[in-house]
Amino acid sequence: MLRLLNINTFYGEIHVLKNISLHIAEGEIVSLIGANGAGKTTLLNTISGIINARTGQIMYNNKDIARKSPDRVVKMGISQVPEGRQIFNPLTVLDNLKLGSYIRYRRDGSRKIQRDIEEMFTLFPILQERQNQLAGTLSGGEQQMLAIGRALMSRPRILLLDEPSMGLAPLVVTEIFKTVARLREMSKTTIFLVEQNARAALKLSDRGYVMETGKIMFEGNARDLLENREVQRAYLGKEKKPIWE
Amino acid sequence: MAIWEEKIECCPREELQQLQLERLQSSLNRAYKNVSFYRKIFDEKKIVPEDISTLEEFKHLPLTTKQDLQNNYPYGLFAVPLREVVRIHTTTETIDTPTVIGYTRNDLKNWGTQVARFLTAGGVTHDDVMQISFHYGLFTGAFGLHHGAECIGASVIPASSENLDRQIRIMQDYRTTVLVATPSFALVLADRLQKLGIDPKTLSLRKGLFGAEPWSEKTRREVEERLFIAVYDHYGVSELSGPGIAGECDAKSGLHLAEDFFLAEIIDPQTGAPLPPGQSGELVLTTLTREAFPLLRYRTGDITSLDFSPCTCGRTLARMQRVMERVDDVIIVQGIHVVPGQIEKVLKEIEGCEPHYQIVVSRENHRDTLEVHVAVSENIFFDEMKRQRSLLEQIRSVLMRHIGFRVEVKLVERKTLAENLQQSGKIIDKRVL
Repeated sequence: MLRLLNINTFYGEIHVLKNISLHIAEGEIVSLIGANGAGKTTLLNTISGIINARTGQIMYNNKDIARKSPDRVVKMGISQVPEGRQIFNPLTVLDNLKLGSYIRYRRDGSRKIQRDIEEMFTLFPILQERQNQLAGTLSGGEQQMLAIGRALMSRPRILLLDEPSMGLAPLVVTEIFKTVARLREMSKTTIFLVEQNARAALKLSDRGYVMETGKIMFEGNARDLLENREVQRAYLGKEKKPIWE
Repeated sequence: MAIWEEKIECCPREELQQLQLERLQSSLNRAYKNVSFYRKIFDEKKIVPEDISTLEEFKHLPLTTKQDLQNNYPYGLFAVPLREVVRIHTTTETIDTPTVIGYTRNDLKNWGTQVARFLTAGGVTHDDVMQISFHYGLFTGAFGLHHGAECIGASVIPASSENLDRQIRIMQDYRTTVLVATPSFALVLADRLQKLGIDPKTLSLRKGLFGAEPWSEKTRREVEERLFIAVYDHYGVSELSGPGIAGECDAKSGLHLAEDFFLAEIIDPQTGAPLPPGQSGELVLTTLTREAFPLLRYRTGDITSLDFSPCTCGRTLARMQRVMERVDDVIIVQGIHVVPGQIEKVLKEIEGCEPHYQIVVSRENHRDTLEVHVAVSENIFFDEMKRQRSLLEQIRSVLMRHIGFRVEVKLVERKTLAENLQQSGKIIDKRVL
């Protein structure tokens, strides 16, 4: 469904993504794990067109979207839930959700959108309770749910999730990951998940990629990556004691 | 016929190539980071691993040879610390420094998958009782098949190198349905059954999966007709994990390569230049998923050709022709790679004999035999019988220790040997495959 071929992205002179190739098949949950500064968010931003890749292809249903603008990418069915939620604090929950459907408002009409909002409320009951509250007053976990709901309002075929667990309490994190798993069951959305919480991400994924300083170091089944000792040591917090070889 | 992993085995070429590229790029990154041998080569040649953006570009990287593996004996090419290795095997050549192969947990899992694929392609199911008559030991063959069969859920009998009559007894009593062995073992078995007056039709045997030595269609027909079983070929290279690299399906028109685990190329053995599909040349393999022991562009020494057209069985994985020859002078006898140079080295160390020799390989009663003709200095040749015999014994036992099976030794006069060598070369292979 989505195929990246030799993507190179630069920040000025700094070479951030080095020949990244990866693919996500329809209906899959794929996670990308890696340390801070590995280039994970840059990769998501490159896919959604916020940053342009210098070279390489991003094939989405056999069309190259590598140098398309973000709004085009959203229209084609790829929505990103940005790192740190980035919801519109001074607007109500309901308005935030409505804004998510901005690109299809004219096409689909308000009745259809109303139905989707109802759907979001079933997926995230807490948002219904808070629908008239200002988004900025929500708790972290609720804000994250709102951010996901807002992205879903554009009816994407691929959802790019950037660090949904960041800054949340462990219990809330579990809740968020449960929602992600449910998302696939309910709406058959394909999900590309970027996470520092590697174990939780891999546990709910089909496949995964491990990124290190702008390069892909591992590709594999999520379960295999969980078994990989190098991945365990570096990203899963196992064997924390210093090791003397 | 069932397919073990239809998603991969029948996947469109384009998708497979994407996966190959992704795995190749991450393998290169890992090899560069973790294996100093590869890092050195890349740095010397000013190659940046992350710059490789196509499978074509990759074909310009240097080749890895057997010599490289020997120079890095035993663990020099491992990409993970030993503590992450859960299994160690070695190659079965008759040289001082075999190649040590390490496997992580994931490597073993993938190995099982590779073998399970060709077993399934050969029609093995969880209802089968599989008798593995490969020697269990450092050799990769037995364990690879064993693991793959367990993945499928077949009942495995590790018959190993039990003597023939016991193997037959097991076959009868335990109702073996699938035999895993060398093709020559199957023929020896057929002979023995005949001698014992056992009708192969009374056995439950229905399939044979053979490998570990070169064999021909003629042998296949012979085994099929004499044992009343369907026979399939499979291919493996110990350095690259062992059996499971390729195996036959029902179409029996080439062996399907596990292309998602290995990248295969064919090169001209003389120049190293890549050859187009369909042309025959040396098989070069790159591991795409190995964690413990990654190899980049490893020269297998085996001559074959690749066919990328889809197979009638539905698999899209490329097929390689059966391997019948080698690039070097390695002789495969009873599944063991005999390196003539090593015999020379061994002979040099024995007092009284000269490093001049001729190897005669022949097949008697379907069993391969190796005979080494050694030149001895004249004074020994005409000396008393006792001394001659003790020398003969010494050579025989030293060779056996190095090669691992019984070797016949003949002492010849230097002059006679020289004439023989001139006439027929260092190796005479009388076997009709």
